[in-house]
Amino acid sequence: MVVLNQKVLEEINRIKSKYHDSRSCLLPALYIFQREYGWLSPEALEAVGEILNIPKATVKGVSTFYAMFSHKPTGRHLIQLCTNVACMLMGGERLLDVLREQYGLEPNITTPDNRFSLVIMECIGACDTAPAMLVDTDFHGNLTGEKVIDILEKYK
Amino acid sequence: MERVLLRNTESPHSADIHEYIKGGGYISLHKAFEMKPFDVIDEVRRSGLRGRGGAGFPTGMKWSFAVADPQTPKYLICNADEGEPGTFKDRGILEKNPHLLIEGMVISAYAIEAAWGYIYLRGEYPRAKDVLLSAIKQAYEKNYLGDNILGKGVGFHLHVHCGAGAYICGEETALIESLEGKRGQPRIKPPFPVNEGFSLKPTIINNVETLANIPCIIEIGGDAYSKIGSPECPGPKLYSVSGHVKRPGVYELPMGVTLREIIYTHCGGILGDKKLKAVIPGGISTPVLTPDKIDCPMDFRNLPRVGSLLGSGAVIAFDETVDMVNVCLRITKFFEHESCGKCTPCREGVGWMRAIIERICGGAGRNGDLDHLMEVSSNILGKTFCPLGDSAATVVQSYLGNFRHEFEEKIKNR
Repeated sequence: MVVLNQKVLEEINRIKSKYHDSRSCLLPALYIFQREYGWLSPEALEAVGEILNIPKATVKGVSTFYAMFSHKPTGRHLIQLCTNVACMLMGGERLLDVLREQYGLEPNITTPDNRFSLVIMECIGACDTAPAMLVDTDFHGNLTGEKVIDILEKYK
Repeated sequence: MERVLLRNTESPHSADIHEYIKGGGYISLHKAFEMKPFDVIDEVRRSGLRGRGGAGFPTGMKWSFAVADPQTPKYLICNADEGEPGTFKDRGILEKNPHLLIEGMVISAYAIEAAWGYIYLRGEYPRAKDVLLSAIKQAYEKNYLGDNILGKGVGFHLHVHCGAGAYICGEETALIESLEGKRGQPRIKPPFPVNEGFSLKPTIINNVETLANIPCIIEIGGDAYSKIGSPECPGPKLYSVSGHVKRPGVYELPMGVTLREIIYTHCGGILGDKKLKAVIPGGISTPVLTPDKIDCPMDFRNLPRVGSLLGSGAVIAFDETVDMVNVCLRITKFFEHESCGKCTPCREGVGWMRAIIERICGGAGRNGDLDHLMEVSSNILGKTFCPLGDSAATVVQSYLGNFRHEFEEKIKNR
């Protein structure tokens, strides 16, 4: 259930001043809803469409195009693990096994305690510290299996 | 060579406007405002600067196309959707030297008479977003952005627009679609963005590194700038180096330095002193090279002569132990995932290539698979709206061409 609060509406209205066309506010508005509600539910997509006067189907079509918008609930912390070439060379794919064994994580899956969600990324631009991951908005590089577990223990 | 793009970035406060001004920042902006917009463009044209996003188009020429179009308003967009795997050079500027980019953008906007600008930043760079937002706020406070910049009657407003994890949005027309709140699918060209870009108005889209070169060009003059690095594509260049090298990182070096110098002199050679097996010179969408090609200068002119491209200047080195078929599979999976779905040859063809390579890797390769792979890739090449399909096809062909024996070995030993 999406309960629109005044803060969200005001924030979206502020963003409108950055563009000549309110349609350009769609991605920023989706980001705001995702930040506020954790994910983009069908109700959230509908609400975004109403605020910006864009058909719901169009909103959904745009939203689902982009990998960083989540259309199902995610855990409290989002692990974005890179497995592209530079990270693969330095052992990034082995870290996936560590996440599997330690937390029962799989790509696009949330742990039953709702603590972590995992997505596999296509390069997060941290190749000089490969293998690397983002946890929420924090970069972590030069990872090993043990280091991944140590880092994730800080995210409760 | 004194650093231009990463000047003063070792300071922990390099992103702060006071630190930037202390190091001579925003002086070029004052100087540019004393010039006519046309003369700024002429200076950039004389500098020989070529776009650093990968295509290498002459920047001054691009600007003059937009200026020649009578339509207004004009827009300036910075392409900060640095998604090419292996590339992290723009991140260095965005996080550590944001005012260099902002100064470059204000000068560029003045030259092309754009009053609005956007930085299209990839969603995967949350730290860069925070740094940029505070840098822009500081620039407004110091009147380097706003309605009447430095009291000279020049107005320019700059905003950050975050992408959301779509590689294709690095392609300029897909970027525009995305900025317009649409799916990031490329448009057919022509018309080019310089005539019909954002909101169908004349739009200049330049890469972060390209725009970051502008203050230096204004500071030392186009002629002096044109003497840095390769004569045909001058200037400083940021190279992102990763993979099996001892000291990976971003290196600012004169354009045209050889791969050998980058790998063995600046990065200290291959990890564990192993042998170099292969190297990608410009991000994973550029064809792979074998070690006999590493004396090639890293610039837009010379790499095509040895069968590859400068791309974003993202070097990935592979040591002798790497399974190149597996690398090819990983790259093809990437292109399959990132294909926007608009053109059939790319949407379907890249998936077919991935399926063939996957079965070869999985020990189920068939006789004739390699010919089939060549045929599928040839049917993608040149038949798509944007370069994504072409890249996927040429890259697969380069792995097949250089490491065919590894593919054959896997099929034979299935």
